[in-house]
Amino acid sequence: MKTFKMGGVHPEENKISTNAVIEQMPLPTQVAILMNQHLGAPATPIVAKGDKVKVGQLIAEAQAFMCANIHSSVSGTVNKIDVCKDMTGLPKTAIYIDVEGDEWLESIDRTPDVKRECNLEPKEIVAKLKEMGIVGLGGATFPAHIKYSIPEGKKAEYLIINAAECEPYLTSDHRVMIEHAEEVCVGVSILRKALGVPNAYIGIESNKPEPIRVMTEMARQFEGIIVEPLKVKYPQGAEKQLINAITGRKVPSGKLPIDVGCVVSNVGTSFAVYEAVQKNKPLIENILTVTGKKLPSQHNYQVRIGITYNDIIKQAIGELPATTGKVISGGTMMGKAVSNLSAPTTKGAASVLVMDEAEARRAPETNCIRCGKCANACPMGLEPYLFSALVKNNRVEEAQAHNILDCIECGCCFFSCPANKPLTDEIRLGKFKVRAMMAAKK
Amino acid sequence: MILTAVLVLGIIGAIFAIVLYFVAQKFKVVEDPLIDEIAEVLPGANCGGCGKAGCRAMAEAFVKQGNMDGLKCPAGGESVAQKVAALLGCTPEVSEPQVAVVRCNGSCANATAKNKYDGLHDCAFANSVYAGESGCVFGCLGLGNCANACQFGALSIDTETGLPKVDEEKCTACGACVKACPRGIIELRNKGLKNRRVYVACRNKEKGAAARKSCTAACIGCGKCEKTCPFGAIKVENNLAYIDYTLCKMCRKCVAECPTGAIHAVNFPPLPPKKDVAAAPAPAAAAPATPAQQNA
Repeated sequence: MKTFKMGGVHPEENKISTNAVIEQMPLPTQVAILMNQHLGAPATPIVAKGDKVKVGQLIAEAQAFMCANIHSSVSGTVNKIDVCKDMTGLPKTAIYIDVEGDEWLESIDRTPDVKRECNLEPKEIVAKLKEMGIVGLGGATFPAHIKYSIPEGKKAEYLIINAAECEPYLTSDHRVMIEHAEEVCVGVSILRKALGVPNAYIGIESNKPEPIRVMTEMARQFEGIIVEPLKVKYPQGAEKQLINAITGRKVPSGKLPIDVGCVVSNVGTSFAVYEAVQKNKPLIENILTVTGKKLPSQHNYQVRIGITYNDIIKQAIGELPATTGKVISGGTMMGKAVSNLSAPTTKGAASVLVMDEAEARRAPETNCIRCGKCANACPMGLEPYLFSALVKNNRVEEAQAHNILDCIECGCCFFSCPANKPLTDEIRLGKFKVRAMMAAKK
Repeated sequence: MILTAVLVLGIIGAIFAIVLYFVAQKFKVVEDPLIDEIAEVLPGANCGGCGKAGCRAMAEAFVKQGNMDGLKCPAGGESVAQKVAALLGCTPEVSEPQVAVVRCNGSCANATAKNKYDGLHDCAFANSVYAGESGCVFGCLGLGNCANACQFGALSIDTETGLPKVDEEKCTACGACVKACPRGIIELRNKGLKNRRVYVACRNKEKGAAARKSCTAACIGCGKCEKTCPFGAIKVENNLAYIDYTLCKMCRKCVAECPTGAIHAVNFPPLPPKKDVAAAPAPAAAAPATPAQQNA
């Protein structure tokens, strides 16, 4: 079975919510829709206090280049446009909407039938992605219309769909592939058409036999979709690693996947693309895993964007267990701790992972014993122990010379460190310092 | 045999000596001995407070300029300035001595922790990932970047309050901590008469209610102090008051007026107990009692 060549680890999988069918999360009384839910500049609100909005209505427009449209996920009245603290507690702008009923825009096709034919031209598809505010749902929330506008002089040869779901605990992609296999395949065909590539490869890790079976069967009915089972290894879902696993190509330092002729999208994104292009439905919902070893029940929910983490927890499990140590949005390796549970969810939210006190706490740090496990584990071929020392001593230029900016922050170094050194944190701080230094030089 | 060897080596040695002599003459670097003398006088901590790479670089700058205009060793203070002036033969610039002031009162009691941070022990990192344990985006993170930056051992994190405390004796106002703090909490302020200072110990620019949510001692921008101040030293901007130390006459009317106790008065003798009960609550009365204020 294929996998990427350099580094990688195999954390405990803990996919305990794989059998939980995707449920619809009921509507709350109010949602707060943040203006920066994507990589890049925040969107600009185009509604005002007191305006009536419908589900799917455009409420904030992308005015900068690196930006995405934002649509209302509920119907009701705009309560206010105000500061809202996001899940890290940092103040951001949000549109608060009081929910009244559930009235959708007429243009959105809400029938359950799957529509396979797409007669749009590649340019029209990209325009549609832009209009519908589609962003990458693999974690980075990169605006899709920018990714699928191939810069001049470059040519896409491969479309790679990331269904590796290599992060522990997460099962939303798993469920999407089982329950919406046909829609995903239509979405992939649309993206394939937008790029004009002959083949699309869907990379699925071999610990998901059911999705592999379902997707392989479904892919037979479509032209140019190949399902590629992959050996289980983290971070297979990282774009550079997935490219390496499937095509054998290596993205050079500082370059983008398109430089080696590849475009990578998440399987969740292809589902969103299907809904946007075929059903006219903007990105107003995402699929979240609500999981944790100590939780009474495991869930996968389809959630309207802007519902708070508290609302989701209340609906799914009532209240947090008393021994809760951490709530994480994302997986255990790259997910972010949610320090503010009253924050709304965003387009990029992948899970509500509740970790027990004992599971969540970091073990005490000891001294580096120069074992080199971190360098072995690093999928980018970097030397985390070196960065740790350089960053601590403020030797920022040297850190830059050793390609600290290539770090994808996957957490393999910290995971493999027997001294429990917070290597990933140190490297992130180093990257932060390098960027500050570069900005100062400009 | 031996003679040949001695002769050959001797001649080679002599030739090299002559070459080296001429090279040394040609490429001689004339260095003013004054530089060494001034470098000797400077504190030698290489703190960078003057803006130069270190004390020697500062000494070179002094000599190059020939006077002290615009050059100041904040760490050395008056005594060093006088010594340097004597060596340079000019008059030292007289400047008010300063001290680092921590403008946050988000102690463990005032700004209770709503979550627990266990990431990298570094303020700049914590600041880049989230708001902080109290939820205040402007408050002290208490991870001690300022204390690590201080070359004079004047800053330490108080274990009780979780805030940095400044040792006024040791602080040289070099400004290293000001640069180290990612949230701009530390400010250099004039030491003031008898070391007395009145300042707003808060940086929170949120609206009052939001600010109070994360910290009970936050400045809520109510503007009472601004109205009370007879000298026009206080300005409220973006929901945050700031006292201009050059205008403040230290009457302490604002301290009594502040509803949250965000204004601190340090090194004043305790207020007489028989004051207006309503106007002399926590801030002024408690000022010498809490460790944060004692050491601020």
